[in-house]
This record gives sequence, C-alpha cells and structure tokens, in this order.
Amino acid sequence: MDVIIESLPQYWDGFLRTLFLAVVSGIIALVFGTLLAAARVSPIAALRGFSMAYVEIVRNTPLTIAFFFAAVVLPRLGVTFEQFEVAAIIALSAYTSAFIAEAVRSGVNSVPVGQAEAARSIGMKFSQVLSLIILPQALRTVIPPLINILIALVKNSSVAGAFYVLELFGYGKQLANDHGDAVMWVLVGVAFFYLLITVPLGYLANVVERKVAIAR
Amino acid sequence: MSSVLYDVPGPKARRVSLIGSVIGVIAIGALLFLAVMTLAQQGIFESQRWAIFGQADVWNLIANGIGATLSAAAVAAVIAFPLGLLLCLMRISDVAWIRIPTRIVLEFLRGMPVVLMMLFVLLVFATSSFVAVVAGLVLYNSAIFAEIIRAGIQSLPKGQREAGLAIGLTSFQSRLTIELPQAIRRMLPSLVAQLVVLLKDTSLGYIVAYGELLRAVQVMADFLGPQFLFPVFFVAAAIYIAINLAVSRLAIWIEKRGSKKAAGGMAHAPVAGTAPAK
Repeated sequence: MDVIIESLPQYWDGFLRTLFLAVVSGIIALVFGTLLAAARVSPIAALRGFSMAYVEIVRNTPLTIAFFFAAVVLPRLGVTFEQFEVAAIIALSAYTSAFIAEAVRSGVNSVPVGQAEAARSIGMKFSQVLSLIILPQALRTVIPPLINILIALVKNSSVAGAFYVLELFGYGKQLANDHGDAVMWVLVGVAFFYLLITVPLGYLANVVERKVAIAR
Repeated sequence: MSSVLYDVPGPKARRVSLIGSVIGVIAIGALLFLAVMTLAQQGIFESQRWAIFGQADVWNLIANGIGATLSAAAVAAVIAFPLGLLLCLMRISDVAWIRIPTRIVLEFLRGMPVVLMMLFVLLVFATSSFVAVVAGLVLYNSAIFAEIIRAGIQSLPKGQREAGLAIGLTSFQSRLTIELPQAIRRMLPSLVAQLVVLLKDTSLGYIVAYGELLRAVQVMADFLGPQFLFPVFFVAAAIYIAINLAVSRLAIWIEKRGSKKAAGGMAHAPVAGTAPAK
C-alpha cells in the first residue's frame, strides 16, 4: 500500500497525461467522426465511398496495429515526431473517429423520416437539412453511445503506455519494474485512477440514457 | 435514409455531384499518390525488400503469429462465454447478496483497460504470457458478454417470465429455460460483434510479449533488418484486417438472417426494439 502513497506524484502525472490524451483525441475524433458520418449520407458518391471504406477498415484494425504504425513504422519512413504523444493522438483519434462515425450515422437513421421531408419541403438544401434539422436531433439520441465510445477511448489510451508515452499505464509498467516486491499494489493504484475516470463517465451515460428515453 | 435527406437529383444537381465526385476522387488519389511517392523515395518498392516473401521461413513465422493470435482468441472466447452467462445470471439474481457484489465486479471489470489486466496477471501471478493474454481477455469479455445477455433478457416481453413462473417454474428455471435461450438468440449479432473486439484485443498481447502476429513482425524486423519492417508490417496488418473483416461480415450476415426470421416467425416484439445494445 505504501508504494501507492509514495508514488502519488507519478500517478498524478500519468493521470493528467491520460486525461490529456483522451480529451485531445476525443475532440479530434468527435469532429472528424461527425464529418465522416455527414460524408456517409451526402449526395456525393466519392465522399460516401471514402467514408464507408475508412470506417470499415479502421473498425477492423486492432488499435495496437494503429499504434505500431504511428509510433514505430512512421518514424522509419521519415515522419518523425518530437514527442510520442503526437503519434498516440494520431492513432487514438484515427481509431476512435470510425466508431463515432458509425454511432452518429445510426443516430441520423433514428431521426424520423418526416423531419427530413418537412425540412426539404420548405426548401432547405442538403447542408441545411443535415446541420439544422437532422444532426441536432441525431446527436441528442447518440449521446449515451458516444459517452461509451469515450470511455473506451480512455481505456484505449493505455496502449500508448506501451509506445513510449508515460501515461498511467506507462508509469504503471515503470513503477512495477522499480518496486518488484509490491507489483500488485502498484497496478491496483493504476486501476484505481482509471476507474476514477471511467466509472463516473459510465454513470453519466446511464443518467443521460434515462433522460433521453423519457424525452422520446 | 440517405435519399430522404436530399431531393432526387435533377440534371444540374447530378452534374454538381459528378463534379464533386471527380474532385473528391482526385483529392483522395493525390493523397494516396503522395504517400506512395514518399514510400518510393524510401526505397520501399525495391524488389529485394519484398523478395523475403519468397522465403518459406518468413511465412512460417507469420503463420506462427496467426496461430498464436487465433488460439489465444479461441481459448479466451470459449472460456469467456460460459463465464459471461454465469455472471449474467448472478447479476440478475433475486438474491441481493449475489446480485450486488456481482454488479460491483462487473462495473470494475468493464472500467479497466484490458492491457492492464493482462499485465496484472503476468506480473502478479507470474504466469506465461499466453495465460496472461487469455486471462485478460476472459476477464474483460465475460463482463461484456454478461451485460449483452442481460440487455437481451431485459428486452424480452415481461409475459415470458410471468408465464414461466405461472406454470410453476422456479425463478432460476424460468431464467435458464425460457429467457436465456431467447435472449442469446436475440443478441447473437452483438455477441459476434464482441468476438471481433476480442480478436482485435489479442493484439494487445504484443505489449505483454506474447508471440502473436505483431510480435512476429517485430521479431522479423529485428532479425532481418529495419528495411524489412514496412513490408512485413504491411502484410501482417493486411492479414489481421482480413480476418477481422471476415468475422464482422459473419456478424452482419447473422443479423440479417435473424431479422428475416424474426419478421416471419415471431408475432410479438417489434424488430425495431432489438437494436443491439452496447
């Protein structure tokens, strides 16, 4: 137990870096994922095709492969990063945006057909229908699944720890090496800090889900 | 749905969208071309870099990697599913002192990164990396399986359980013989989709030094020289994605088949309500 209290500064540093990775990649993925979902339902065939191919391929790629590509293969190909955080953020946001695109698309499909028809019948263009009528309603219904994706993102950020980023898992590995006699407590400490993020988020998803269910 | 979002394109709109498509294809093509050119400048496409795939040893190593990946996934799936069933039954038990601790355990397992569980098992119990990978996958996925099946049971009409109890089955018998079979059937697409996740997560074994496909790539690159990293990685990634795509297709096929049967055979329960729960 003492080892947890002793290494609180490291834990705290790792905790903040995990949060940083999750927040930055989460924002990038939300924006990029929504754009991908919009492309998926757009009238332009090339955009539809690109979005479909991207989502299909990325969703079936293991995250570790994405990380391996960003952190090991890319530098060998001449794309070097000053900090490995950048590689981690690229891998995490590229991976997560595919899942967000799928969730938003299913939200778009859940909006009643009459909404789009009404919008079109008063003369709105595709971009207006999507941004003013469909997406605001769709995003509302997809908030619970989106929160679940963000929880997965927080957990996925742990893979960064294996690719030279000192976040919670990275520190966990390092501390486990330094304190060979108290490995269990070191990792229990790491688990505690992950749960500190994921459990409240899961609770939030439940609350929102109940609210949305009543509203509809 | 997509066609509802915009009017049926007239000649002008078709022209605009055709121009848009052409520009889009050119832009995507240009990006790809740029990437390929950059790779070519690194000498990636020199034939001797790819000639290693003519060697049987390379394919042996890749096959070993795939074997390790698939066997970890298969063992984990076979253990995780019954365990998930058990956890699900405990989670919805009528007995509070079973239900509440199970709920806490499930919450705990679901909130934790899989790779952390693998490392925990590896270091604390000093197991082999295969056991660590399987244990991590089992712990996490049985919790997810339990939640999926629970969502399936909750989506059943109330009458199913009431009828079971009314003909004198005990609560447990009703769960086991009436509700579970229907719930599992209903949730089959989600369960298979979770199998894809499980298969993908075996790649985390790379981090705990399990000799799966990605580790095999690393080993080959270290052994043959860094110039072979990209070709080997490229082939391994393609294999991984192909396997996952195949299993995903299976999930979609099951879903389609299931909804067809549901539309024809089941009078109750709207099909729209069977959307897979996360």
